[in-house]
Amino acid sequence: MTLPEPGSWGPYLAIVAMALATYLCRISGVVLMGFVPLTPRVRRGLAALPGSIVVATVLPLIERLGLAAGLALLAAIASMAIRRSELLALLVGMAVVSLMRAAGF
Amino acid sequence: MPSDLKSEPQAAAQLTLAGMRLGIRRVAVLMPGIVVFSVAFGAAASAKGLSLFEAVLMSALVYAGVSQLVAMELWRPEWSWGAIAGLAVVTATVNARMVLQGASLQPWFARHPRLVNAAHLFFFTDANWLIGTRYHGEGGRDLGVLVGAGLVLWLVWVAATVPGYLLGALVADPRQYGIDLVMPIFFAAMIVPLWRGKRGALPWIIAGIVALVTARLVDGYAFIIVGALSGAVAGAFLNDPA
Repeated sequence: MTLPEPGSWGPYLAIVAMALATYLCRISGVVLMGFVPLTPRVRRGLAALPGSIVVATVLPLIERLGLAAGLALLAAIASMAIRRSELLALLVGMAVVSLMRAAGF
Repeated sequence: MPSDLKSEPQAAAQLTLAGMRLGIRRVAVLMPGIVVFSVAFGAAASAKGLSLFEAVLMSALVYAGVSQLVAMELWRPEWSWGAIAGLAVVTATVNARMVLQGASLQPWFARHPRLVNAAHLFFFTDANWLIGTRYHGEGGRDLGVLVGAGLVLWLVWVAATVPGYLLGALVADPRQYGIDLVMPIFFAAMIVPLWRGKRGALPWIIAGIVALVTARLVDGYAFIIVGALSGAVAGAFLNDPA
Protein backbone atom coordinates (compact mmCIF):
# COMPACT_ATOMS: atom_id res chain seq x y z
CA MET A 1 0.00 0.00 0.00
CA THR A 2 2.95 2.35 0.38
CA LEU A 3 3.52 4.87 -2.40
CA PRO A 4 6.99 5.07 -3.91
CA GLU A 5 8.90 8.02 -2.39
CA PRO A 6 8.64 11.25 -4.43
CA GLY A 7 12.38 11.21 -5.12
CA SER A 8 13.51 13.58 -7.87
CA TRP A 9 9.87 14.51 -8.59
CA GLY A 10 9.63 15.98 -5.07
CA PRO A 11 10.00 19.68 -5.93
CA TYR A 12 7.45 19.43 -8.76
CA LEU A 13 4.96 17.54 -6.62
CA ALA A 14 5.42 20.14 -3.87
CA ILE A 15 4.70 22.95 -6.35
CA VAL A 16 1.64 21.17 -7.73
CA ALA A 17 0.38 20.52 -4.17
CA MET A 18 0.75 24.23 -3.39
CA ALA A 19 -1.03 25.15 -6.62
CA LEU A 20 -3.95 22.82 -5.86
CA ALA A 21 -4.27 24.11 -2.29
CA THR A 22 -4.27 27.71 -3.55
CA TYR A 23 -6.78 27.07 -6.33
CA LEU A 24 -9.11 25.38 -3.83
CA CYS A 25 -8.92 28.53 -1.67
CA ARG A 26 -9.68 30.65 -4.74
CA ILE A 27 -12.81 28.76 -5.78
CA SER A 28 -14.22 27.41 -2.53
CA GLY A 29 -15.66 30.68 -1.21
CA VAL A 30 -17.49 31.26 -4.48
CA VAL A 31 -18.70 27.65 -4.69
CA LEU A 32 -19.86 27.53 -1.05
CA MET A 33 -21.73 30.84 -1.31
CA GLY A 34 -23.67 29.30 -4.22
CA PHE A 35 -25.39 27.06 -1.65
CA VAL A 36 -26.20 29.85 0.80
CA PRO A 37 -29.56 31.51 0.25
CA LEU A 38 -29.06 35.28 -0.11
CA THR A 39 -31.42 36.33 2.67
CA PRO A 40 -31.34 39.97 3.86
CA ARG A 41 -29.23 38.82 6.82
CA VAL A 42 -26.69 37.06 4.59
CA ARG A 43 -26.57 40.18 2.40
CA ARG A 44 -25.75 42.31 5.45
CA GLY A 45 -23.04 39.85 6.43
CA LEU A 46 -21.58 39.98 2.91
CA ALA A 47 -21.77 43.78 2.95
CA ALA A 48 -19.70 43.86 6.15
CA LEU A 49 -17.20 41.30 4.81
CA PRO A 50 -14.85 43.41 2.61
CA GLY A 51 -14.16 45.99 5.34
CA SER A 52 -13.79 43.21 7.88
CA ILE A 53 -11.22 41.43 5.68
CA VAL A 54 -9.29 44.68 5.27
CA VAL A 55 -9.25 45.53 8.98
CA ALA A 56 -8.54 41.94 10.08
CA THR A 57 -5.59 41.79 7.65
CA VAL A 58 -4.07 45.15 8.43
CA LEU A 59 -4.36 45.61 12.21
CA PRO A 60 -2.33 42.53 13.25
CA LEU A 61 0.22 43.35 10.52
CA ILE A 62 0.74 46.79 12.05
CA GLU A 63 1.34 45.11 15.38
CA ARG A 64 3.89 42.75 13.77
CA LEU A 65 5.59 45.26 11.48
CA GLY A 66 5.94 48.05 14.02
CA LEU A 67 5.47 51.78 14.51
CA ALA A 68 6.86 52.89 11.13
CA ALA A 69 4.41 50.60 9.33
CA GLY A 70 1.49 51.80 11.43
CA LEU A 71 2.19 55.47 10.72
CA ALA A 72 2.69 54.71 7.01
CA LEU A 73 -0.74 53.06 6.82
CA LEU A 74 -2.40 55.95 8.68
CA ALA A 75 -0.75 58.43 6.32
CA ALA A 76 -1.98 56.39 3.34
CA ILE A 77 -5.55 56.36 4.69
CA ALA A 78 -5.43 60.12 5.28
CA SER A 79 -4.11 60.71 1.76
CA MET A 80 -6.85 58.48 0.31
CA ALA A 81 -9.53 60.34 2.28
CA ILE A 82 -8.32 63.68 0.92
CA ARG A 83 -7.42 62.86 -2.68
CA ARG A 84 -9.02 59.44 -3.45
CA SER A 85 -5.99 58.31 -5.41
CA GLU A 86 -4.53 54.84 -4.76
CA LEU A 87 -1.26 55.79 -6.41
CA LEU A 88 -0.84 58.85 -4.20
CA ALA A 89 -1.79 56.86 -1.10
CA LEU A 90 0.85 54.27 -2.02
CA LEU A 91 3.54 56.90 -2.58
CA VAL A 92 2.71 58.68 0.68
CA GLY A 93 2.74 55.40 2.64
CA MET A 94 6.02 54.22 1.11
CA ALA A 95 7.65 57.61 1.67
CA VAL A 96 6.66 57.60 5.35
CA VAL A 97 7.90 54.07 5.98
CA SER A 98 11.21 54.55 4.10
CA LEU A 99 11.96 57.80 5.93
CA MET A 100 11.13 56.30 9.32
CA ARG A 101 13.12 53.13 8.67
CA ALA A 102 16.08 55.18 7.39
CA ALA A 103 15.84 57.19 10.61
CA GLY A 104 16.12 53.93 12.53
CA PHE A 105 12.54 53.27 13.66
CA MET B 1 -31.13 30.17 -3.38
CA PRO B 2 -29.03 30.14 -6.53
CA SER B 3 -32.38 30.28 -8.34
CA ASP B 4 -33.07 33.89 -7.42
CA LEU B 5 -29.70 34.77 -8.88
CA LYS B 6 -30.59 33.05 -12.12
CA SER B 7 -33.66 35.27 -12.29
CA GLU B 8 -31.34 38.25 -12.82
CA PRO B 9 -31.40 39.31 -16.48
CA GLN B 10 -28.79 37.48 -18.58
CA ALA B 11 -27.60 40.83 -19.94
CA ALA B 12 -26.10 41.37 -16.50
CA ALA B 13 -23.37 38.82 -17.30
CA GLN B 14 -20.87 41.16 -18.92
CA LEU B 15 -17.31 40.38 -19.96
CA THR B 16 -15.95 42.88 -22.44
CA LEU B 17 -12.63 44.02 -23.89
CA ALA B 18 -13.34 47.54 -22.62
CA GLY B 19 -13.66 46.04 -19.14
CA MET B 20 -10.34 44.24 -19.54
CA ARG B 21 -8.69 47.52 -20.53
CA LEU B 22 -10.17 49.21 -17.47
CA GLY B 23 -8.87 46.37 -15.29
CA ILE B 24 -5.38 46.77 -16.74
CA ARG B 25 -5.48 50.53 -16.05
CA ARG B 26 -6.61 49.95 -12.46
CA VAL B 27 -3.95 47.33 -11.76
CA ALA B 28 -1.16 49.45 -13.27
CA VAL B 29 -0.80 51.32 -9.99
CA LEU B 30 0.11 48.07 -8.28
CA MET B 31 2.71 46.97 -10.84
CA PRO B 32 5.87 48.42 -9.22
CA GLY B 33 5.02 46.71 -5.95
CA ILE B 34 4.23 43.41 -7.69
CA VAL B 35 7.51 43.50 -9.66
CA VAL B 36 9.61 44.04 -6.56
CA PHE B 37 7.68 41.38 -4.63
CA SER B 38 8.22 38.87 -7.44
CA VAL B 39 11.89 39.79 -7.74
CA ALA B 40 12.24 39.19 -3.99
CA PHE B 41 10.61 35.77 -4.40
CA GLY B 42 12.98 34.91 -7.27
CA ALA B 43 15.96 35.88 -5.13
CA ALA B 44 14.70 33.79 -2.18
CA ALA B 45 14.10 30.82 -4.51
CA SER B 46 17.64 30.89 -5.89
CA ALA B 47 19.05 31.22 -2.35
CA LYS B 48 17.06 28.11 -1.35
CA GLY B 49 18.44 26.07 -4.25
CA LEU B 50 15.39 25.85 -6.51
CA SER B 51 16.15 25.64 -10.22
CA LEU B 52 15.08 28.62 -12.34
CA PHE B 53 12.44 26.40 -13.93
CA GLU B 54 11.04 25.42 -10.52
CA ALA B 55 10.89 29.04 -9.38
CA VAL B 56 9.08 30.18 -12.54
CA LEU B 57 6.77 27.17 -12.41
CA MET B 58 5.81 28.04 -8.84
CA SER B 59 5.08 31.67 -9.77
CA ALA B 60 3.00 30.51 -12.74
CA LEU B 61 0.98 27.78 -11.00
CA VAL B 62 0.69 29.03 -7.42
CA TYR B 63 0.63 32.79 -8.15
CA ALA B 64 0.22 33.84 -4.53
CA GLY B 65 3.14 35.86 -3.22
CA VAL B 66 2.97 35.49 0.53
CA SER B 67 2.48 31.72 0.36
CA GLN B 68 5.39 31.41 -2.09
CA LEU B 69 7.69 33.27 0.31
CA VAL B 70 6.46 31.14 3.22
CA ALA B 71 7.17 28.03 1.09
CA MET B 72 10.77 29.21 0.68
CA GLU B 73 11.11 29.11 4.48
CA LEU B 74 9.95 25.48 4.41
CA TRP B 75 11.71 24.39 1.20
CA ARG B 76 13.97 21.34 1.46
CA PRO B 77 16.35 19.38 -0.75
CA GLU B 78 14.50 16.05 -0.25
CA TRP B 79 10.72 15.64 -0.24
CA SER B 80 8.64 13.01 1.54
CA TRP B 81 4.88 12.71 0.97
CA GLY B 82 4.37 14.00 4.49
CA ALA B 83 6.44 17.11 3.82
CA ILE B 84 4.52 17.75 0.59
CA ALA B 85 1.19 17.41 2.38
CA GLY B 86 2.45 19.70 5.16
CA LEU B 87 3.45 22.34 2.62
CA ALA B 88 0.00 22.12 1.01
CA VAL B 89 -1.67 22.65 4.39
CA VAL B 90 0.51 25.66 5.23
CA THR B 91 -0.20 27.10 1.77
CA ALA B 92 -3.94 26.67 2.30
CA THR B 93 -3.83 28.43 5.68
CA VAL B 94 -1.80 31.34 4.28
CA ASN B 95 -4.24 31.68 1.36
CA ALA B 96 -7.42 31.01 3.34
CA ARG B 97 -8.32 34.69 3.07
CA MET B 98 -9.10 34.02 -0.60
CA VAL B 99 -12.07 31.88 0.51
CA LEU B 100 -13.68 34.93 2.11
CA GLN B 101 -12.58 37.30 -0.64
CA GLY B 102 -14.22 35.04 -3.22
CA ALA B 103 -17.36 34.68 -1.09
CA SER B 104 -17.71 38.46 -0.81
CA LEU B 105 -17.80 38.83 -4.62
CA GLN B 106 -19.91 35.70 -5.28
CA PRO B 107 -23.17 37.60 -5.96
CA TRP B 108 -21.35 39.22 -8.89
CA PHE B 109 -19.71 36.01 -10.17
CA ALA B 110 -22.94 33.98 -9.86
CA ARG B 111 -24.31 35.59 -13.04
CA HIS B 112 -21.53 34.06 -15.09
CA PRO B 113 -21.18 30.46 -16.33
CA ARG B 114 -19.33 28.10 -14.00
CA LEU B 115 -16.53 27.45 -16.46
CA VAL B 116 -15.84 31.17 -16.82
CA ASN B 117 -15.67 31.52 -13.04
CA ALA B 118 -13.46 28.43 -12.71
CA ALA B 119 -11.06 29.97 -15.24
CA HIS B 120 -10.85 33.56 -14.03
CA LEU B 121 -10.62 32.52 -10.38
CA PHE B 122 -7.23 30.91 -11.14
CA PHE B 123 -6.00 34.51 -11.54
CA PHE B 124 -7.75 35.79 -8.41
CA THR B 125 -5.39 37.58 -5.99
CA ASP B 126 -5.42 40.24 -3.28
CA ALA B 127 -4.95 42.90 -5.97
CA ASN B 128 -7.86 41.52 -7.99
CA TRP B 129 -10.04 41.43 -4.95
CA LEU B 130 -9.26 45.04 -4.05
CA ILE B 131 -9.86 46.23 -7.61
CA GLY B 132 -13.00 44.09 -8.00
CA THR B 133 -14.47 45.16 -4.66
CA ARG B 134 -14.00 48.82 -5.44
CA TYR B 135 -15.34 48.45 -9.00
CA HIS B 136 -18.35 46.40 -7.88
CA GLY B 137 -19.02 48.91 -5.09
CA GLU B 138 -19.18 51.67 -7.71
CA GLY B 139 -21.88 49.67 -9.49
CA GLY B 140 -19.62 48.06 -12.11
CA ARG B 141 -20.55 44.55 -13.28
CA ASP B 142 -18.12 43.83 -16.14
CA LEU B 143 -16.10 40.73 -15.28
CA GLY B 144 -13.53 41.82 -17.87
CA VAL B 145 -12.08 44.16 -15.23
CA LEU B 146 -11.01 41.19 -13.12
CA VAL B 147 -9.89 39.13 -16.10
CA GLY B 148 -7.75 41.94 -17.54
CA ALA B 149 -6.18 42.83 -14.22
CA GLY B 150 -5.56 39.17 -13.33
CA LEU B 151 -3.95 38.23 -16.66
CA VAL B 152 -1.59 41.20 -16.79
CA LEU B 153 -0.62 40.80 -13.15
CA TRP B 154 0.06 37.09 -13.72
CA LEU B 155 2.31 37.78 -16.72
CA VAL B 156 4.29 40.40 -14.81
CA TRP B 157 4.47 38.20 -11.72
CA VAL B 158 5.86 35.22 -13.67
CA ALA B 159 8.26 37.33 -15.76
CA ALA B 160 9.69 39.28 -12.80
CA THR B 161 10.60 36.03 -11.04
CA VAL B 162 13.40 35.52 -13.60
CA PRO B 163 15.54 38.65 -12.95
CA GLY B 164 15.04 38.13 -9.22
CA TYR B 165 16.35 34.58 -9.53
CA LEU B 166 19.31 35.56 -11.72
CA LEU B 167 20.35 38.62 -9.71
CA GLY B 168 19.71 36.92 -6.39
CA ALA B 169 21.82 38.47 -3.67
CA LEU B 170 22.35 41.60 -5.79
CA VAL B 171 18.80 42.62 -4.98
CA ALA B 172 18.84 44.98 -2.04
CA ASP B 173 16.73 44.31 1.03
CA PRO B 174 13.23 45.23 -0.17
CA ARG B 175 12.23 46.14 3.38
CA GLN B 176 14.42 49.21 3.19
CA TYR B 177 12.09 50.81 0.65
CA GLY B 178 8.91 49.70 2.36
CA ILE B 179 8.10 47.14 -0.37
CA ASP B 180 6.77 44.73 2.26
CA LEU B 181 4.11 47.36 2.91
CA VAL B 182 2.71 47.67 -0.63
CA MET B 183 -0.21 45.29 -0.10
CA PRO B 184 -0.95 46.46 3.49
CA ILE B 185 -1.04 50.07 2.22
CA PHE B 186 -3.52 49.15 -0.50
CA PHE B 187 -5.62 47.22 1.97
CA ALA B 188 -5.62 50.16 4.40
CA ALA B 189 -6.46 52.70 1.67
CA MET B 190 -9.51 50.56 0.72
CA ILE B 191 -11.13 51.57 4.01
CA VAL B 192 -11.93 54.98 2.51
CA PRO B 193 -14.05 53.86 -0.49
CA LEU B 194 -15.64 51.15 1.68
CA TRP B 195 -16.68 53.65 4.36
CA ARG B 196 -20.47 53.81 4.80
CA GLY B 197 -20.69 55.73 8.07
CA LYS B 198 -20.03 54.82 11.69
CA ARG B 199 -22.81 52.23 11.86
CA GLY B 200 -21.24 50.20 9.09
CA ALA B 201 -17.84 50.37 10.80
CA LEU B 202 -18.93 48.54 13.96
CA PRO B 203 -18.44 45.08 12.38
CA TRP B 204 -14.98 46.19 11.22
CA ILE B 205 -14.00 47.12 14.77
CA ILE B 206 -15.14 43.70 15.94
CA ALA B 207 -13.18 42.10 13.07
CA GLY B 208 -10.08 44.08 14.09
CA ILE B 209 -10.27 43.17 17.77
CA VAL B 210 -10.87 39.47 17.08
CA ALA B 211 -7.99 39.48 14.55
CA LEU B 212 -5.60 41.11 17.04
CA VAL B 213 -6.50 38.60 19.74
CA THR B 214 -6.23 35.67 17.31
CA ALA B 215 -2.82 36.87 16.10
CA ARG B 216 -1.64 36.82 19.71
CA LEU B 217 -2.94 33.30 20.34
CA VAL B 218 -2.32 31.50 17.03
CA ASP B 219 0.78 31.50 14.82
CA GLY B 220 0.48 32.07 11.11
CA TYR B 221 -2.27 33.82 9.21
CA ALA B 222 -5.42 32.41 10.83
CA PHE B 223 -6.15 35.87 12.24
CA ILE B 224 -7.39 37.14 8.86
CA ILE B 225 -10.08 34.52 8.39
CA VAL B 226 -11.17 34.39 12.06
CA GLY B 227 -11.34 38.20 12.34
CA ALA B 228 -13.07 38.75 9.00
CA LEU B 229 -15.67 36.04 9.67
CA SER B 230 -16.44 37.60 13.06
CA GLY B 231 -16.95 40.95 11.34
CA ALA B 232 -19.30 39.44 8.76
CA VAL B 233 -21.35 37.66 11.43
CA ALA B 234 -21.49 40.88 13.45
CA GLY B 235 -22.64 42.74 10.33
CA ALA B 236 -25.35 40.17 9.65
CA PHE B 237 -26.83 40.55 13.14
CA LEU B 238 -25.93 44.11 14.19
CA ASN B 239 -26.86 46.04 11.07
CA ASP B 240 -30.51 44.96 11.30
CA PRO B 241 -32.58 47.79 9.89
CA ALA B 242 -34.17 49.31 12.99
